[in-house]
Amino acid sequence: MTTAVDSTRSKRDAPYEGPLLDVRDLHVEFVTRDGVAKAVNGVDYSVRAGETLAVLGESGSGKSVTAQAIMGILDMPPARIPRGEIRFRGRDMLKMGKEERRKIRGQEIAMIFQDALSSLNPVLSVGFQLGEMFRAHQGASRKEARDKAVELMDRVRIPAAKQRVNDYPHQFSGGMRQRIMIAMALALEPDLIIADEPTTALDVTVQAQVMDLLAELQAEYNMGLILITHDLGVVADVADKIAVMYAGRIVETAPVHELYARPAHPYTRGLLDSIPRLDQKGQELYAIKGLPPNLLRIPKGCAFNPRCPRAQDRCRAEVPELYPVTEDDGAPLAGRGSACFFWKETLHDR
Amino acid sequence: MGSYVLRRVLQMIPVFFGTTLLIFLMVYTLPGDPVTALFGEKAADPAVVASIKHQYYLDQPVWKQYLHYMGNLFQGDFGTSFTGRPVSDIMANAFPVTIRLALLAFVFELVLGLALGLVSGLRRGSIQDTLVLVLTLVVISIPVFVLAYIAQTIFATNLGWVTPTVQDSRDLSQLILPAIVLGSLSLAYVARLTRTSIGENLRADYIRTAVAKGLPRRTIVSRHLLRNSLIPVVTFLGTDLGALMGGAIVTEGIFNVQGVGNVLYRAINQKEGPTVVGIVTVLVIVYLVASLLVDLLYAVLDPRIRYA
Repeated sequence: MTTAVDSTRSKRDAPYEGPLLDVRDLHVEFVTRDGVAKAVNGVDYSVRAGETLAVLGESGSGKSVTAQAIMGILDMPPARIPRGEIRFRGRDMLKMGKEERRKIRGQEIAMIFQDALSSLNPVLSVGFQLGEMFRAHQGASRKEARDKAVELMDRVRIPAAKQRVNDYPHQFSGGMRQRIMIAMALALEPDLIIADEPTTALDVTVQAQVMDLLAELQAEYNMGLILITHDLGVVADVADKIAVMYAGRIVETAPVHELYARPAHPYTRGLLDSIPRLDQKGQELYAIKGLPPNLLRIPKGCAFNPRCPRAQDRCRAEVPELYPVTEDDGAPLAGRGSACFFWKETLHDR
Repeated sequence: MGSYVLRRVLQMIPVFFGTTLLIFLMVYTLPGDPVTALFGEKAADPAVVASIKHQYYLDQPVWKQYLHYMGNLFQGDFGTSFTGRPVSDIMANAFPVTIRLALLAFVFELVLGLALGLVSGLRRGSIQDTLVLVLTLVVISIPVFVLAYIAQTIFATNLGWVTPTVQDSRDLSQLILPAIVLGSLSLAYVARLTRTSIGENLRADYIRTAVAKGLPRRTIVSRHLLRNSLIPVVTFLGTDLGALMGGAIVTEGIFNVQGVGNVLYRAINQKEGPTVVGIVTVLVIVYLVASLLVDLLYAVLDPRIRYA
């Protein structure tokens, strides 16, 4: 980490030991006409350099809102952050000024969105939109920016980058467009990338290619990656650890393979059981009963209790915290936690 | 692109023949005899009427009149009005005045309309936004002639800044007040259209991307937001330029501007076929060219539109 080559950015020279990103007790609310919608209710998670955190959850679970709060791109109002800290390299970004925040965006934390077609400006060429990163943050000239855009397009393996740099987003295929989004996020070699459902809008075959590319580049630049998805299949290969969100809270955290093998929360259980399996042809597909809660009226106690097969009176009265999950003999399981009073029973449930 | 323009120009030919024929028939079916009307209260000598009718080809069946008119038109002759003045001469006097008036009104609605729309669109719900909404609503609900009289009363009678009516139609400064009155309705539409468009695009995904890229707000608005938001506004402005050229009859009448609107109004009253047809034909062509330019500008603004 002491190379003189990469001295353009001083932060690279200062080693930082703690986690890259540390979210603590984050709350996000939206003020609507019908009341206050509590989208995020005390989320904690952290990401280290080179690590991939997958955030799993249904729509409305608060996974994207958390990401947008980290990115600083929430519309405030209607959104507001009543409590919490978002520490990036140890500094709370929520306490920074607007301009300082803006300089972090794109340069140190970048984001990839779900639908590349609508997320790219339809009237500007992709070369321009890529080059803009260098012009806005590094004061590059038009010519330099264009050259760097071609380089980036080569990096994400877009064929004939030089000929295509002046093309517009609608002239690319879905997979190529998402590659452009990735290239844009990578442009300034950020420390952290947040990918919000990066492959949801793509064909299955293209999904794998894009995911592989993302994982490869992440390893190469040693970036932290937050992968937001509702697709359990996508995360299995690339993620190091998983945080499962429900109604704005993290209900379970675990290293990826342990979560698949032994879930410790009934909700995670339900999610895993609802994956279609080839060896169960003809059987009815399992679905978690009921609907995700209305964020204006989150149920008392554990938010999952109305849908939970294990729910007891206690679940309807008390909110469970994220308990550390251990083996039966009390041996700790690193990185595991479950916000269920009955995590022990769930763990054995097979 | 070239073949597209060519096709559009070729399309103008049937439109040209259609409108001229239509206008010709309309003037022909107007009740009353224009030549007898020339004599007013006096009894007309049938021989004189017949000779005038013959002179203006009015004693022929309508299809012959039309062919005769078109034949002359292609030789550059727009015909002669009943006062004996060539129609081309009348138009050469009236059109420059109207063009000036229309351009003044156009610049007024373009600059102020866009500015107001941008301010209110970017700050929805603010005092400025509410003010723009109320003002434009007032302008839209008031008929143009009322607006004209109010403007006359305030700026001419009370303040004395201008004369109530235009003394010299070739003087640009005297045309400013009529131009503001003429452009005010479109200004209100431009402001509201821009506001809506800005508001919609502000919520678009690509604006969120631009914010996430860490671009300064100024860059986001000028480079990403404005260009996308202007596409519907440009359509309106383009067609409105054509409408301003022909639609100034009321304003020109109230302010005594000697432009196309005034001349056309008089010509219709006196059933002067050649003048009416001549002016309307030119207006139709102006309108067609304006809409062609809008379509071409469209392709410049939005690369997704390509003409082949």
